[in-house]
Amino acid sequence: MSIAQEGGPPKVALIYDPKVRSIAYQVVLVAIILFLAYSAVRNAADNLARAKIASGFGFWNQTAGFDISQTLIEYSAQGGTYGRAFWVGLLNTLLVAAIGIVLATIVGFMVGIARLSRNWLIGRLAGGYVELIRNVPLLLQLLFWYNAVLKALPDLRDSWTVFGNVYLNNRGFFAPYPIFGEGIGLVAAAFVLGVAGAIAFRIWARRRQERTGEQAPVGLVALALIVGLPLIAFFIAGMPATLEYPEKGRFNIRGGLEILPEFVALLIGLVLYTGAFIAEVVRAGIMAVSKGQTEAAGALGLRAGQTLKLVVIPQAMRVIIPPLTNQYLNLTKNSSLAVFVGYPDLVQIFTGTVLNQTGQAVEVVMITMAVYLTISLVTSMAMNWYNARIALVER
Amino acid sequence: MKRAVTTLALAAAVAFAASAASAQSLNAIKSRGILNCGANGTLGGFGLPDAQGNWTGLDVDFCRALAAAIFNDPAKVKFVALTAKDRFTALQSGDVDVLARNTTWTSSRDTSLGLNFTAVNYYDGQGFLVRKALKVNSALELNDAAVCVQQGTTTELNLADYFRANKMKLKTVTFASADEAIKAYDSGRCDAFTTDASGLYAERLRLAKSDDHIVLPEIISKEPLGPSVRHGDDQWFDIVKWTHYAMLTAEELGVTKANVDEQMKSANPDVKRLLGTEGNYGEQLGLTKDWAYRIVKHVGNYGEVFEKNVGQGSPLKIARGVNALWTKGGLQYAPPIR
Ligand SMILES: N[C@@H](CCC(=O)N[C@@H](CS)C(=O)NCC(=O)O)C(=O)O
Repeated sequence: MSIAQEGGPPKVALIYDPKVRSIAYQVVLVAIILFLAYSAVRNAADNLARAKIASGFGFWNQTAGFDISQTLIEYSAQGGTYGRAFWVGLLNTLLVAAIGIVLATIVGFMVGIARLSRNWLIGRLAGGYVELIRNVPLLLQLLFWYNAVLKALPDLRDSWTVFGNVYLNNRGFFAPYPIFGEGIGLVAAAFVLGVAGAIAFRIWARRRQERTGEQAPVGLVALALIVGLPLIAFFIAGMPATLEYPEKGRFNIRGGLEILPEFVALLIGLVLYTGAFIAEVVRAGIMAVSKGQTEAAGALGLRAGQTLKLVVIPQAMRVIIPPLTNQYLNLTKNSSLAVFVGYPDLVQIFTGTVLNQTGQAVEVVMITMAVYLTISLVTSMAMNWYNARIALVER
Repeated sequence: MKRAVTTLALAAAVAFAASAASAQSLNAIKSRGILNCGANGTLGGFGLPDAQGNWTGLDVDFCRALAAAIFNDPAKVKFVALTAKDRFTALQSGDVDVLARNTTWTSSRDTSLGLNFTAVNYYDGQGFLVRKALKVNSALELNDAAVCVQQGTTTELNLADYFRANKMKLKTVTFASADEAIKAYDSGRCDAFTTDASGLYAERLRLAKSDDHIVLPEIISKEPLGPSVRHGDDQWFDIVKWTHYAMLTAEELGVTKANVDEQMKSANPDVKRLLGTEGNYGEQLGLTKDWAYRIVKHVGNYGEVFEKNVGQGSPLKIARGVNALWTKGGLQYAPPIR
């Protein structure tokens, strides 16, 4: 049997060595891909030059000249450049994606758990929601929500208002917004301190529980630290904030915090849609945890809520995370439907208006694809890191 | 998403396609047997298919005139409905041979987009549509207004410019298509809707109660709309340009769809040169002698096409105004055929 191995591995010609071969194949493959990519770029540049279509990235610093309805950073039609407009759009995309992911996760977990509820009505309601939402195209849902939001809200003149300075109408939601003055640094520092303190307390409480079995009111203490400390600091610093109030003009409301109906409609649509998929992921994850675990927890005297929180969910998470990551990526990419409901996301601003005004389709589309790729990779990396952290540690 | 995919596909086509610009367009169209015409798919009066797929509109008839001149058959056109946003990429990548989609001739489109505008088949300008209930009589009263607008148009820039120039504040809400923009306006999201004045008349008809809305008197920009072709094929550029001029010349000389056969016997040298009973001007273009006869016979002269699609014969009822012939005080003027 082991004759061949006696004098070490037999000498074979290099081309027959499987290792060398596989490396060679890969090198050749990479070379071919690089060549194809290179010739595509060359060809594109040639074609553009021949058709006398502008190319290059010189447009980045040119004045954009168009107006954007939601800007998280300073931007104006006359001062803003195409590059600035790009960042405005990117931030708008990230904003709706980030808030959407958080809310969709909450909705998804609630519905997923509700679907497994022993209560017949709750289970059916959750099931109906999932089936309905998953089977209607997202674009239709977005248009529905946008029109529903607009129809449900009153005109500017009949705005719903509280205290005379919070308004809700079909132009959006308007509320006073704090403008911070000097001394706000102290409050920020107190906040950071509070968070750090809360984490430290939690670690301490854990250790103590492991040693003695005694539990500590972690939630309450954390709340006191995170909210209380900054609040005290705020008063000590002499309340360094003033409120900017929204003001009603002839046509519109300006100033203060402004939330656009376009944003709300897009957010509702994305959250409900992705939430339905996450619910299914969660349900599958929970069902993958063997029944024996629940029974064992019951035998130990844990209540239903505790069983879910301490025994089932932690184990289910290992099954849930990879498909959950997919849903997060989907939500981010689906946010590019924003243009249909008038929300100025990256695709609307950049591959829409900027592309049209500059005519530089190749450059603009390439940048946009690179951005979505980066967002996706970063999301995946974060989720993989989390997944590795909660993976079963074998002792 | 679908639109993102088209944009992407078109961009890829630009990257990989063998250069379409240098190909002889006329020969390609002839051997293909059909003209690919980039048109508006949703704008009444300019380009709009009905439920049976019959297209109508000023720009649509322009493409039919081209097909008539080339094939002696106005039906040999394939209309490709293009959004404002995708139209230039479609022309650049060779998806369409000519873009006749109420497109404004601007210097940057004429140069850096790699296009050539051939002629102006409709002189337009941007206006505003508002609710009567707002009691606004002038665009200058729109300070702080929310305005719904369609993306990928000259409209977006003009709007920002106009408000800035008049020191007014503005809230723009931008949509992918006119359809979504006008719906949002209709449901009260915006105080005004803005686009080319011709478009305002067409879009107003789609509102729930069109009588509750008025078009404000201000025209805030110049929007010369015209068909365009790719850089690099002078013969094709000439054909498209002179198709429009032939239709104008026919109107000027009183040659109509109804009387064109009779006019073939005309002794007027201008008519003879137009209809090809004298000279070989059509052949100089790479077409046949009777190219203009075919256009008028199958489609009509400019005035006829105008009245039928956007004028008194249409729901839009737009007056000729600046689009009248130069002999009637308008701007439409064709260089002589000789
Ligand atoms: N002439 C302007 C605007 C052209 C344009 O897209 N107009 C709108 C409104 S008149 C339109 O055709 N919308 C129909 C659609 O895209 O569905 C331009 O060339 O940028």
